[in-house]
Amino acid sequence: MISGAGKKRTRRVRKPRKKGAKGVWSIGDRIGLGIAWITGIFLCVVAFSVTIYLAVKGISYINLDVLTSRPEAGVEQSETGGFLDPMIGTVLLTVLGTAIAAPIGVGIAIWLTEYGRPASLARFVEAGVEMLVGAPSIALAIFGLLIFQTSFMAPFSFTAEGGAVFGRSFFAAGAIMSLIALPFVVGGTREALNSIPKHVREASFALGKDQASTIRRVLLPASRAGIATGTTLGMAQIIGETAVVVVLLGASLQLAPEGAIPVLDIFKGTGSTLTSYVYINSPAGEGKAPEKAYAAAFVLLLIVIALNVMVNQITKRGQHKWG
Amino acid sequence: MGIETTDDERGLSEAGVPPVRRIVVDGETPPVRVAHRIGNGASPGLDEPFAVEQDFEAVWVEERMRIESLGVRFGQKEAVKDVSLQVNSGEVLALIGPSGCGKTTLLRSLNKLVDLTPTAIRSGRILLDDEDTAYMDDTLLRKKVGMLFQQPNPFPMTIFDNVAYGLRERGSKRPGKKALEPIVVDALERAGLWDEVSDNLNHPALSLSGGQQQRLCIARSLAVRPEVLLLDEPCSALDPISTAIIEDTIVNLKDEIAIVIVTHNLQQAERIADKVAFMYLGDLVEYGPATQVFNAPMAERTKDYVRGDFG
Repeated sequence: MISGAGKKRTRRVRKPRKKGAKGVWSIGDRIGLGIAWITGIFLCVVAFSVTIYLAVKGISYINLDVLTSRPEAGVEQSETGGFLDPMIGTVLLTVLGTAIAAPIGVGIAIWLTEYGRPASLARFVEAGVEMLVGAPSIALAIFGLLIFQTSFMAPFSFTAEGGAVFGRSFFAAGAIMSLIALPFVVGGTREALNSIPKHVREASFALGKDQASTIRRVLLPASRAGIATGTTLGMAQIIGETAVVVVLLGASLQLAPEGAIPVLDIFKGTGSTLTSYVYINSPAGEGKAPEKAYAAAFVLLLIVIALNVMVNQITKRGQHKWG
Repeated sequence: MGIETTDDERGLSEAGVPPVRRIVVDGETPPVRVAHRIGNGASPGLDEPFAVEQDFEAVWVEERMRIESLGVRFGQKEAVKDVSLQVNSGEVLALIGPSGCGKTTLLRSLNKLVDLTPTAIRSGRILLDDEDTAYMDDTLLRKKVGMLFQQPNPFPMTIFDNVAYGLRERGSKRPGKKALEPIVVDALERAGLWDEVSDNLNHPALSLSGGQQQRLCIARSLAVRPEVLLLDEPCSALDPISTAIIEDTIVNLKDEIAIVIVTHNLQQAERIADKVAFMYLGDLVEYGPATQVFNAPMAERTKDYVRGDFG
């Protein structure tokens, strides 16, 4: 209530000042405003040119054929097939990474905001999550390789005849991808939980509910939008990630299932995603099919934009106005 | 006179509802209304043994809670010092006093909500129906001692689910919507909200106005059939009309439930309170009938406060 009243007051004070703004502002303020405008417009220009460039290039090369055919080895661009497998790979890896990151991330966020004791452990966990945000993904990928190459992890990894563990599979890449998505899930969930006023929790306690049912029946449903936002942002991170794919998923463009158990064999095998497909086919990689790389990059961009629109919709609709 | 808990005959206890308390004098039920009115005659067959005695006039005042030399401290700060009070059903007890005098802490001690603050240390005893609350299960105590907060805080779910929230226990024997409906309807009626929401029980509770939300919170508390209802400045975020409606609701409820209200609004205390406790810097300065505290206060401080000299 107090903060609400304060907000209203500042708004009231601001309004009349805004009307006569031009006459009142000092030189320094006006220069600052100019710089803010220029940087803002510059950012818009860069963002739009990337999108438009990729759209123009991508649309001109995209067709039903590249979307529905598998990548093939070939010397000429016309022989290299499409990027059906990388699209499937992107979906599989995103689902796997999110499926691991979402429950763990929500759990961490709940523990941090609702329990958080001992405080030293909570700070340690917080620092760990922050470290994941800042860690270069290639470092995480190498770390993953280290773990999944051990013979202990053989059931989850692509293995060569004779028992050499490659440390590469959808499992390996998905596990490390979950670390990349994790901080976003934790962040989104924590933000939502923190926005719930203390007295709402107390109202539930005052009705004779314990902390567990309060979390399950009140706090989590109220945080749904925040959790969804965090998870979607995490998914966007996974979709856009390249280093982890190149290191941990293998460089085979086609899905290469491993083992005899259906479905599981795909996850144990190697493959590619749109990002690694773009990398490999662009002039930076082998460069055999640059036009298809553009088309794939365009598809990638569309997916990420769609996810961002989703995030906006979720946050817009899911906001509760607490008393 | 003995107090006996009789399981009510309608199987509501199976639905996770605490049993109805009846007051029994020497084995005979006195001509008083039952502590909890249910059914309002709308559900056939249910209300018969619980019919309300219409010709009952005098207010049945009975001790519900007794506070014995309660002290609460947060670290070094003493918030409540050696307070002894009595909370009776049939009465509204108002806690008044300047900000930071310990009213809210005292109130939150009654349902042990104050124990959620890690630094809080409590001394003294609080009895609910002669039972020491210190040894009672928190969740059980809080079902018997409901609370309403300063800010309306319905949960982000439907109106129905809000009221039914306290009734839904964990486990496999969760009562279904049908079993809960009469209780929900009754609680909404007693909170004076039924007429306004009867058509949209499935609407989100947060779409209601502030005053309606606060009455929904009252209904939510009433649904678990508390013996005592604690109100922490329930009208401070509301407009005068909503405040008047809530005050009416409170006065109507006091016959069945002991009510303790913390308020900064002395007019409000004068309007609805039967007993008033004036606190200052953690001390209970004066406790007595409202008319006495407001018109002929014994302590000098009380006189100054009710006259408006400080606050």
